[in-house]
Amino acid sequence: MSEPLNLVLFSGTADKLHAAATLVAGAAAMEQPVNILLQYWALDAFRTARADDMLGLAWDAISEGTSRPVHGSKAIPWMETFRMAKELGEVQILACTGSLDVLGIDRSELDPIVDSEAGIAVFLAAAGEGGITFI
Amino acid sequence: MTSTLEELTAMTAAKIVDARGSACPGPLLEAKKSMGTVAIGDTIEIWSTDPGTKSDIGAWSGKVGHEFLGVVPADGYDRVLVIRRK
Repeated sequence: MSEPLNLVLFSGTADKLHAAATLVAGAAAMEQPVNILLQYWALDAFRTARADDMLGLAWDAISEGTSRPVHGSKAIPWMETFRMAKELGEVQILACTGSLDVLGIDRSELDPIVDSEAGIAVFLAAAGEGGITFI
Repeated sequence: MTSTLEELTAMTAAKIVDARGSACPGPLLEAKKSMGTVAIGDTIEIWSTDPGTKSDIGAWSGKVGHEFLGVVPADGYDRVLVIRRK
């Protein structure tokens, strides 16, 4: 079996979530297991109330006057990509309990795509010897 | 084994996956999903307007153990052929 792809998702902007979703979907298709830990603004973006929002691109990706429209793009919305990835492969999505606490989010507010809440040790144990990418 | 363009063009796929208009990773995900619906030994054909699909499907086939046959260029899209091998 392949080494898992281990991602800590921290950012809640569409560009980073979309890039992460693409990577996760690719890994799922390639039969590589994926472990995801959601923290802070990424966790916020996975709330049911926000999960299918068309989020903005990060300010640091936009020069003044050159913002690019994301509407009407052929790209699949980021949440839809995560859902497809989960359908196709072995993708585990954990919600960081510390971040839930800091942001005042209840577990029940999260999209059903999130498997469970977990502490950092659970994520690290699942990550095994593989590297961790922080987005 | 490498098939010639003529041989590829003459092939009949068990399933055609029309992923035209979908951006990466859409066509790859469609291919993966459809592969589960045909029998081992059957051929699927992915139609894609994304220029990355032909090399993506090749890399995916090699990694997971399917047989990548090749690409037939069509009018504004690619027809990518793969045999399910597992």
